[in-house]
Amino acid sequence: MADEQDERQRRQRMRSLAIAWALIGIVVLFFVVTIVRLGANVAHPLVR
Amino acid sequence: MAEVNLHASPEALAAAAGGDVAEYLALMKPRVMFLVVFTALVGLVAAPGSMHPVLAIAALVCIAVGAGAAGVLNMWYDADIDARMARTAARPVPRGAISADEARAFGTVLAVGSVICLGLMVNWVAAGLLALTIGFYLFVYTMWLKRRTPQNIVIGGAAGAVPPMIGWAAATGTVSLEGLVLFLIIFIWTPPHFWALALLRTRDYARAGVPMLPVVHGEDETRRQILIYSLILAPLGCLPVLIGLGHALYGAAAVVLGVLFVAFALACFREREGVRAERAAKNLFAYSVLYLFLLFAALLVEQGFGLGSSLPLFWTS
Repeated sequence: MADEQDERQRRQRMRSLAIAWALIGIVVLFFVVTIVRLGANVAHPLVR
Repeated sequence: MAEVNLHASPEALAAAAGGDVAEYLALMKPRVMFLVVFTALVGLVAAPGSMHPVLAIAALVCIAVGAGAAGVLNMWYDADIDARMARTAARPVPRGAISADEARAFGTVLAVGSVICLGLMVNWVAAGLLALTIGFYLFVYTMWLKRRTPQNIVIGGAAGAVPPMIGWAAATGTVSLEGLVLFLIIFIWTPPHFWALALLRTRDYARAGVPMLPVVHGEDETRRQILIYSLILAPLGCLPVLIGLGHALYGAAAVVLGVLFVAFALACFREREGVRAERAAKNLFAYSVLYLFLLFAALLVEQGFGLGSSLPLFWTS
């Protein structure tokens, strides 16, 4: 029973870590993409 | 508190503990994801104009996750079939490592997330195509066609053929003739590829009640259809040269690879009994994967390194 409990907690911890890393990855990707898009607009301002 | 069975099997204990991260990744069909990302990359690189590398990476990540989502939802819905087939019985859902509800929730989150992220970060044309692909694979192929008609993978194959168009749309924001040609190549390649596998797993499919072509119309008819599709595929592979998308390197690769494809299909058509027939089907299946990879790799190398303009374009005006 203790083994099962340990295994359950280990898997839960690994899943939580994977979700955390995925969320961090999404945040970083959105940040970098925003900078890239913003940078392009700053480098090439609208010309009337 | 729930009663614990001290004599439970390792599988039951695993199910009680929930899925491991590796099992969730396995649900996403990583090998299929690789092929999807690769063909999308070719569409992206072959498209005119330039795309910022960060945006290209963002697009490919979203396409990879979207393809993974389609795989997860397919494994959720087909768990009953998978459990009856030797090839798929060890997948996480039929094995009980991940519950069907968990798989459905996981797949849905990935599908919705990948489409929204692609739309916000890249453009909504590519996101719309990704949504269409996932929806087509789940609702049209998995839920409707797969259990009803031997034409399941002919029509359902459209889902696997869209990624180059998504890559193209990610780079240009539009759908073009060139993207459609790449779509057509994968679309026609899919039936002989899957039917070669089905020839090796006919009993498995019959046991699971999946009406694959060899189960419904027999192995001889399947071999005939494989040959017909191969004869269409070989010249079709050269079409990018005629529309100016491919050049000398791609053209040479398409001709050689196409001739070899027909040769493997012909061997499969001729060998109908015993070990030799099995080997011929196995060879065709393995070669079909290599064919698509090398054909698109040739286009990728040509477009990526700008070889199109430096080699003699004796078959384009």
